[in-house]
Amino acid sequence: MRIERRLQQPWWLAVVVPIASLVVAFVLSAVVLLLTGHPPIRSFHRLFDAAFIAHGALSETVVSATPLAFTGLAAAVAFRMNLFNIGGEGQLYGGAITGAIVALLMAGAPSPLVIAGMVAAGAVGGALLAAIPAVLRAFFSTNEIITSLMLNYVVGLVLEYLIFDSHSYLRDTSGFQASVFPQGKSLPSEATWSSWSVHSVALPLGFLLAIGVAVVVWVLYARTRFGFEVQVIADAPRAGRYAGMRTRRKILAVMCLSGAIAGIGGASQDGDFRHQLDPRGLRQANYGYTGIVVAALARYNPLAVVPVALLLGGLQNAGFALQGVDFPNGLVGVMQGLILFCVLGGELFVRYRVRFERGPRVTKSPAPEPTP
Amino acid sequence: MPAAVALRGITKRFPAVVANDRVDFEAAKGEVHALLGENGAGKTTLSNILTGLYRPDEGEILLSGRPVEFHSPRDAIAAGIAMVHQHFRLVSPFTVAENVVLGDQRDIGRAFRLRPRAIEQRVAELSRRYGLAVDPRARIWQLSVGEQQRVEVLKALYQEARILILDEPTAVLTPQEADALFETVRAMAADGRTVIFISHKLHEVKAVADRVTVLRRGRSLATVAASDATPRSLAALMVGREVEIGRRHHDRPAPGEAVLQLDGIWADGDRGVPAVKDVSLRLRRGEIVAVAGVAGNGQRELAETIVGMRPATKGTVEIKGRRVRSGDPRSAIAAGVAYVPEDRLGTGVAPGLSIASNVVLKSYRRAPVSRGPFLRLARIRDLADRAIDNYDVRTSGCQVPAWQLSGGNVQKVVLAREFSGEPAVLIAASPTRGLDVSSIETVHSYLREAASTGVGVLLLSEDLDEILALADRIAVMYEGGVAGEREAASTTVEELGLLMAGGREQD
Repeated sequence: MRIERRLQQPWWLAVVVPIASLVVAFVLSAVVLLLTGHPPIRSFHRLFDAAFIAHGALSETVVSATPLAFTGLAAAVAFRMNLFNIGGEGQLYGGAITGAIVALLMAGAPSPLVIAGMVAAGAVGGALLAAIPAVLRAFFSTNEIITSLMLNYVVGLVLEYLIFDSHSYLRDTSGFQASVFPQGKSLPSEATWSSWSVHSVALPLGFLLAIGVAVVVWVLYARTRFGFEVQVIADAPRAGRYAGMRTRRKILAVMCLSGAIAGIGGASQDGDFRHQLDPRGLRQANYGYTGIVVAALARYNPLAVVPVALLLGGLQNAGFALQGVDFPNGLVGVMQGLILFCVLGGELFVRYRVRFERGPRVTKSPAPEPTP
Repeated sequence: MPAAVALRGITKRFPAVVANDRVDFEAAKGEVHALLGENGAGKTTLSNILTGLYRPDEGEILLSGRPVEFHSPRDAIAAGIAMVHQHFRLVSPFTVAENVVLGDQRDIGRAFRLRPRAIEQRVAELSRRYGLAVDPRARIWQLSVGEQQRVEVLKALYQEARILILDEPTAVLTPQEADALFETVRAMAADGRTVIFISHKLHEVKAVADRVTVLRRGRSLATVAASDATPRSLAALMVGREVEIGRRHHDRPAPGEAVLQLDGIWADGDRGVPAVKDVSLRLRRGEIVAVAGVAGNGQRELAETIVGMRPATKGTVEIKGRRVRSGDPRSAIAAGVAYVPEDRLGTGVAPGLSIASNVVLKSYRRAPVSRGPFLRLARIRDLADRAIDNYDVRTSGCQVPAWQLSGGNVQKVVLAREFSGEPAVLIAASPTRGLDVSSIETVHSYLREAASTGVGVLLLSEDLDEILALADRIAVMYEGGVAGEREAASTTVEELGLLMAGGREQD
């Protein structure tokens, strides 16, 4: 048996392989369900019902999917240039902090203005945080995986400090209750992001914004000089230098873009869903890390990030809804893991093919000869 | 007494090339025997056969008169043969002693528990005896290149190798370190070991070897006593005489004004030591100037410095009288420098990207390829299709990724792109390395054509045939500097070979 690189990738492979991988993941999940004494078909049915079909389920799924779409896009943007920004988590916190500050500062201004201010502030907050590993990487060749990852903990602690361990501007210090259970100040009503209802599915502004960002990123990467440079530098950094590209600037730009997208995701948490700076909620959700999984499943294609976020968001949402004695929450985690494993494993079959050969090889097998 | 090691009629064929063709070689106990030859003469293949990495297609290996057959490098090590490679095989976080014992098949190295004290003691003893100063407890990453090489030699000695092969050991050494190495080599020989010293530098072969075997194009030409040989006679053997054919037959206009002027260029190599030392050169319009030299004498670094990929530490590069910013490829491109790099896949083209993307690799910033921030994809496809037509790139379409092309076709893509920028100067670094005969012809004709349209061409090559076929003038680089400059019409291969091997001009 040999594995060799495909000379051509038929267009349908990119569609068939991920779908087949999903099927395999569900088959493997069924095995796990059987082994743990759950009827697979009924469990899947309940899962899908709770995620996408039941009354209000889709709205809840969109709520879960929105931050994952942002962090997924953030990861996809950076990973495309082989910049492994693991800091989506912290950059999302950063955007939530700056977004909340601006919302409180702008209280009383017209709502669209406040919302625009929050989006901008979230983007700036996330970008500034991402700039730290970016500068270290561009000028000192520091490994951005480590630096961006460690920053997550730093920003996480800052987040908690702001609400639990200090009397910061963001902390609610008004009533008796607030002094016993510390929490963030409620944001003014002008800072509540709009939401639209389509066929009784609530679509928050943040979700629509994520779709917009996905389209912009796709155009940026597929149709512009910027995207061309990213492609070249990702494929062969020396060729990029040879062609006179400013590699360092590109590292800074791509990392900041990535951080900005995660930061908008943080602002959307304030404006769409939480309406205060909520350290516990943000830290428990692990949006940043799940976003990396989303990006990987989407094969770093920005347009695929949103549907994948809906899929994973739905699974998560169903996991919460069904959690109980007969349906351990861990099962959803197991399924997520299997999906990731199968889809990434399936990648191999898009780029390579497996050849089976019988008997000893006598003649030279047709290795991938370059075209003459 | 039979020779310590003898190779008889060794032939090794690779697809499309016979690397060793009935090679005979023998070295006695206590002898330092040099293997001399150009790049590609078959030295490395021969040593790989001797160390069990390859098996010969024909011929036999005898150790002290007994025929042996190596099935793997392990067999060769067991038979007492060790090699010090050009690229060290050391584990950098480990100590010297740990590296020395690594791969040892006997007692201490085999035992589950290492006894560091015993190993260190033995290593210290060996290094005293052979003048290989190195601290057994130092970690590899703390050592200089010269010290690392000593560790490799210690490794061989620790394994009680009777036959040591040193592959171009001085390539990475300072002259002082090289002298120290020669002392060690002689001490080892005096101890009854056989040292096979691979080199293409004449003076060091004279300095260290008892006898010299010259390889050329896979054949062993002659074995001579080092004391009888002169650098000139060795150079003649090494380069050969039959290359006079295919001399320049061009009718280009007389060269015009200078388009490239190098003034006292210094530049550091990848290891941070100067690789280009005080090079001054002038290239005129319509002229082909070749930089000859054995690989690793600073040619690659010089090319990279001219095109801005490597900063010059001293000196200036001027294109058409205007100074180019050091270390800034974009400034060189804007000044009209085209570059065909030695590393085709990875520098010359981005292998994973399409032919179309690679055709516009340098022009994507300008109209008509882009408008504002946006690329014009239809225009890019047109340009790529035209390049494929004009340069006869054999492919099924412009969206095919570059890595699928053969070397010759990749080079055509590179040439198409570089000429499309209407350059004043073309730097071509080993532009035909690894190409088949017809592709070589094609590349040569493009270079000639470029010169006849007024481009100044700087050709860096190790292939004297190619240089003599193309160049008007030849500068020979040796150890980072220009060892001499000759008019192509009035020089000889022997003279060039002598300069390339660092022979002094008066020899």
